[in-house]
Amino acid sequence: MSDRPVKTVVTGLAALAPNGLGTEAYWAATLAGRGGLAEITRFDARGYPARLAGEIDGFVPGDHLSGRMLPQTDHMTRLSLVAGDWALADAGVKPGEWPSFDMGVLTAASAGGYEFGERELRNMWSKGNGYVSAYQSFAWFYAVNSGQLSIRNGMRGPSGVLVGEQAGGLDALGQARRLVRKGTPLMLSGAVDSSLCSWGWVAHLAGRRLSTSDDPERAYLPFDAAACGHVPGEGGALLVLEEAAAAAARGAVNYGEIAGYGASFDPAPRSGRPPALRRAVEQALRDADVAPGDVDVVFADAAAVPELDDVEAAALVEVFGAGAVPVTAPKTMTGRLNSGAGPLDVATALLSIRDGVIPPTVRVSPDARHRIDLVVAEPRRVPVTTALVVARGYGGFNSALVVRAA
Amino acid sequence: MADARMTLDDLRRVLLEAAGADEGMDLGGDITDTPFDDLGYDSLALMEAGSRLQREFGVSLSDESLAEATTPRALIDLVNDRLAAGASA
Repeated sequence: MSDRPVKTVVTGLAALAPNGLGTEAYWAATLAGRGGLAEITRFDARGYPARLAGEIDGFVPGDHLSGRMLPQTDHMTRLSLVAGDWALADAGVKPGEWPSFDMGVLTAASAGGYEFGERELRNMWSKGNGYVSAYQSFAWFYAVNSGQLSIRNGMRGPSGVLVGEQAGGLDALGQARRLVRKGTPLMLSGAVDSSLCSWGWVAHLAGRRLSTSDDPERAYLPFDAAACGHVPGEGGALLVLEEAAAAAARGAVNYGEIAGYGASFDPAPRSGRPPALRRAVEQALRDADVAPGDVDVVFADAAAVPELDDVEAAALVEVFGAGAVPVTAPKTMTGRLNSGAGPLDVATALLSIRDGVIPPTVRVSPDARHRIDLVVAEPRRVPVTTALVVARGYGGFNSALVVRAA
Repeated sequence: MADARMTLDDLRRVLLEAAGADEGMDLGGDITDTPFDDLGYDSLALMEAGSRLQREFGVSLSDESLAEATTPRALIDLVNDRLAAGASA
C-alpha cells in the first residue's frame, strides 16, 4: 500500500439540533433563520444565573431504540445512536453487510453522560450504594457513545474518543480521516453531545462564559458589541467517512472531502505569547493545499465572549485579510453544542457546498471593530466549493478543518 | 414488604425494570428454563437485576452465585433458597 495520502470523503451525515431533528429539518430551519434557544425545560433552572439553552424538541427515544437500550443509555447516547443510524442510512451503508473490522467509530465528548450520572449519584447519596445502576459503570463515561455505536453497528475497526471540549468534534473528524488514510474503509465520526442537567449546568457555569440574559433574542450575540457570553445547546452530527475511490466504486454519492485539519494549543494565560488559533487555521489550509483566497466561507467558533471574539476575528483577518471572506455562525440558532458543535458545522458546510448557500448568523449586528464580513440576517446564495470550520475548546484547544467539494 | 417467596412474575417485572426487553422478546411465555442469553440479557443486565432483587427481597446474592444462575429457574431458586435460609436462621 502506498503512503500517498488518500482522499477522504463524507458519504453520509445526520444532524440533530435544537432547531431541527434530522438533517433536512435542521437545514431548512437554519436557512430560514429559525432558532431553538429558549428557557430550559429539562430541569428546574430558575435558581441558576443562566436559564436558557438550545434543547432538542420532539425526540422520543422509544420510537428509535429498543427497550433493552433505554435503561443503559444517557440522553446524549440515545441521540448519538439515532444519529449513527441516520448517517449510515444516508450513506447507503448496511453495516451488517460489511466486515466488522473494516468499520471504526471515532467520536468526541465533553462531559459524558451527565444526566444519567447525576441521577445515579443522587441515588447513591440519598438511598445508598446498592441503589446505583450497574449501567453507571459505562453510561456516564466519555467513551460511551463510541462504544455503543460500535456494539450497535458491529464496528470493530480502530475506534476511540477525543475530549477537547468544543474543539474535540473537529479533532475526532481529523483523527477519523487519518484512520481512513491508514486503510480503514469506513469511519463513523463526529459527535452528538448533551449535558443539560443540573450537574452539567453547574459545570457550564463554572466556565464563566454563559450568557445570563433571559432574552433568547439577545442572549448569544457573537461579534456583536453586545456580546455577553453564550447559550449552550445539545445535539451535533455524525458523518460517514470513506476513501474517495472506494466510495465511488460502490456507487456512493459524496458531500465533499475532509481536505485539511489543524490543531493547536494556546499558551498559558498571562504568558504574553500570542493565541494559537491562527496556527491551527494555517495548518488546516496547508494540509488541504488551499490558499486563503480559495476559501468561500468560514464557519466561526463564535464564542460571544468579547476577548475571544477579538482573538478569532484577528486570526481570520490575519489569515484572510479584513472582510475578505464571508464568515458565519449558524450556531447562533442552536447554541454552542460542546463536542457536537464542530461536526454540526462541518455537516452544515457540506450542505452549503451542496446547495450553494451560506446560512446566516441570526440576531447579530456585527461590531465594526472585528473587520469581518459576517453573513447576517439572510442566507447568502453564492457558489461554495471550499469551507473552513473553526472550533475552540475551553482550556486552550484550537481546531480547524477544511471541507471541499470532491 | 414483598411476599416471602419470589415468583416468575416477580422476575419478569424486575428484569423489565432493570434492563428492559428487546422488541419481539415475549417474557410472558414459559421462560422458566430459557437461558438468559437467549432472552437477550447479558451479565451486566443480570447484575442490575440481581441488585434490585437483593433490595426488594432483602437477601444477599454474591456475584459468583448470580453468574451461575443462567436461567430464570436457577435465579428464582437462588433467591428463594436464601429467603428460606434467612427464615430458618
